[in-house]
Amino acid sequence: MTNLNRRTFLSVAALATATATLAACGNNGTPGSGAAAGDYAAPPKDISAELTYAIWGAAQKPFLQESIDEFNKEYPNIKISIDVTPSKGGAYWTKIQTLASSNTLPDVFWMNGPKIKLYAQNDQLLPLDGIVAAKAVDLANYPQGLVDLYTVDGKVYGIPKDYDSSAIFYSKSLVAAAGVPEPTADWTWEDLKKHSVELSKFYEGKGIHGVTADLTGGQTSYYNTILGAGGVVITKDGKKSGYDSPEAIEGVQFWRDLIEAGASPSMQQITETYSADLFRSGKAAITMEASYEAGATFEAMGDDVKVVPLPKGPVSNQSVIHGLANVIPANSKNPDAARAFVAFLAGKKAAELQSASGQVISAFKGTQQAWVDALPGMGAQAFLDAAESASPYPASKNSGAWGKYEQDLLPPAFAGTKPVADSAKELATKMNEALAQEA
Amino acid sequence: MSRVLTAPPKAAVPPRDPSEKAVRRRSIKRDGIWPWVFIGPTVFGMGLFYVWPVLQTFYYSFTKWGVFGGSKFIGIENYVRLLSDSEIPQSLLNTALYTAIVLLGIPIAMVLSALMETPGMKLAGFYRTLYFIPYITMPAAVGIVWRLIFNGDFGPINWFLSLFGIQGPYWTSTPGFALVAVALVGLWMSMGFNLIIMGAGMREIPREMYEAAEMDGASRLRQFFSITVPLLTPSIFFVSVLTVIGGFQLFDLLYIMMGKSNLAMPQTQSLVYIFYNQAFLQNDKGYAAAIGILILAVIAILTFIQFRVQKRWVNYV
Repeated sequence: MTNLNRRTFLSVAALATATATLAACGNNGTPGSGAAAGDYAAPPKDISAELTYAIWGAAQKPFLQESIDEFNKEYPNIKISIDVTPSKGGAYWTKIQTLASSNTLPDVFWMNGPKIKLYAQNDQLLPLDGIVAAKAVDLANYPQGLVDLYTVDGKVYGIPKDYDSSAIFYSKSLVAAAGVPEPTADWTWEDLKKHSVELSKFYEGKGIHGVTADLTGGQTSYYNTILGAGGVVITKDGKKSGYDSPEAIEGVQFWRDLIEAGASPSMQQITETYSADLFRSGKAAITMEASYEAGATFEAMGDDVKVVPLPKGPVSNQSVIHGLANVIPANSKNPDAARAFVAFLAGKKAAELQSASGQVISAFKGTQQAWVDALPGMGAQAFLDAAESASPYPASKNSGAWGKYEQDLLPPAFAGTKPVADSAKELATKMNEALAQEA
Repeated sequence: MSRVLTAPPKAAVPPRDPSEKAVRRRSIKRDGIWPWVFIGPTVFGMGLFYVWPVLQTFYYSFTKWGVFGGSKFIGIENYVRLLSDSEIPQSLLNTALYTAIVLLGIPIAMVLSALMETPGMKLAGFYRTLYFIPYITMPAAVGIVWRLIFNGDFGPINWFLSLFGIQGPYWTSTPGFALVAVALVGLWMSMGFNLIIMGAGMREIPREMYEAAEMDGASRLRQFFSITVPLLTPSIFFVSVLTVIGGFQLFDLLYIMMGKSNLAMPQTQSLVYIFYNQAFLQNDKGYAAAIGILILAVIAILTFIQFRVQKRWVNYV
């Protein structure tokens, strides 16, 4: 009998645990009352809360910890712990999405451009307009393109933390040895094509190319040239693909032309060796790259690397701007403490700590000089100038659905195994289908 | 499962004392709850972490699954889509080709193992360890290193080929070559495990058989084909079942070696790769679940066929 009792006890205990787990999964946390109304007033200084701040950049943890220490001078009873999950291999987003499904999102976490609409339009995020209305954050302090990226259906869901924009990098010595003029801020697409062909000719047989860029993704390459030709990847309302427009096709064709002319390594070479690595190891004289590679490139090449703005296309030399934002989940248990922390991170003090680290460009205007100074003589100011006129990173509610089509359908266009116009139109068709699914 | 299959043929079991049998039977009754206590955690764990998710996946495959939860039952719509998805037949073929190449590792493992088990072989343990290291290394780490080794411009393989005036291909980004490159690494990784199983199988073969064959004047080669191979068939069967299952689950190596955007992807991507894309990049988890069920069905059918066919060629001692 005692055995039986014990078994009953065990199974009941197990069942109870399982039920509790299931119940936790199904529990739809109710949003904080103050947050639901959207109003915000700085909470009293003695408010106490425990917050988790989820990020994916381990290298940024030290200066974020400094920010937390500063924040705690103001709010000593808000305890914040940083939770780092690497983004490599999708670990961070897999985790965040799982946490979102079970309503256990961290109190404050990093958001990126391709995902913001997915989370905002599925009601996973707390609108932060209250902080703006209360003048705790002034959106004029951040590049407009970045603010637009995190404004969904007229509401602000994320306060920009940092950003990256693109520019031309070139090797002074490789360009000079070939007797080719150094790139300048006034270069057009034609200048770039002409001179990179010259460079490739000069270095023929040495495995050195005139120009390269990462064509396995669009941020530093075709997204910018599509803008340069006057096209868009996705319409402003995020509902239609822009790939079938003549302008977008011209922007994609630009890269096919460079490859065909031998100015650029082939699509296969760029797939097998990251373009920034090709450039840093002296296998390409010029590259278009984002500011996030500036530090590593400067470290590898020192005085030899210079940066100038992107070349002018038929319409502009616009760059896309991408950057992270801090967001708060819709069902936050501590909306006031979390918003106070986000407001602090959005402020000048936190931005200065960030810039001084040399890791990333702070989104807060006027605090970026420290980052530029960390790369002396490189001309890194070009990235800040590019950010002023930049266009938001193309995104929709479910960017991943059509991002996959870009990755599948554009390589044959760059490689020349399929005409660019055909690839672009097929991409537009599939992308529109995916976008129609989002509604 | 693996333990059941690898269990070495019982060496001469001493005849049981009849009374012992009686004691055993009685003790089963007296054991009461204890056997359940011992297997309970395993059964509970298996149920919670394997069986339950499989059942859930089966259910999800009939739903449209919201990104953040909340599913809508849509009947067999996902399966209808599966039938018309042009990526599926090609990826099925890719996966089958990959598995076929990795299966070539079995004859290679037999030969290597026979060499290592040769009496008087020096450093056999050292070689075994050497071959086993890739098996216990993270596939992601292996993938990163082999991606560099296969690099078209700077990789050692093409450098080596260039010594003979051969210009090697861009291995990981040329349709056809990419699949072979990934499969060769898969084969290389599987070698350590195959060798361990083959080696164990060979040590079970009674020495006397070889001694008798030698007396009859059989050469080493003849001994290998007439004694080693037939008596090794249980191990060969076991390894090939596991290789096929593993082959159809190809993902991590491919994912790391190919990168996200690759010209050769349509001719290389595996079923699990498409599953991953649908579930985690395109956020269509219902459809991904249907692909998962397809993978399960393919593996189940292949394994069933193998078990059916094995009766014709596997010799149990």
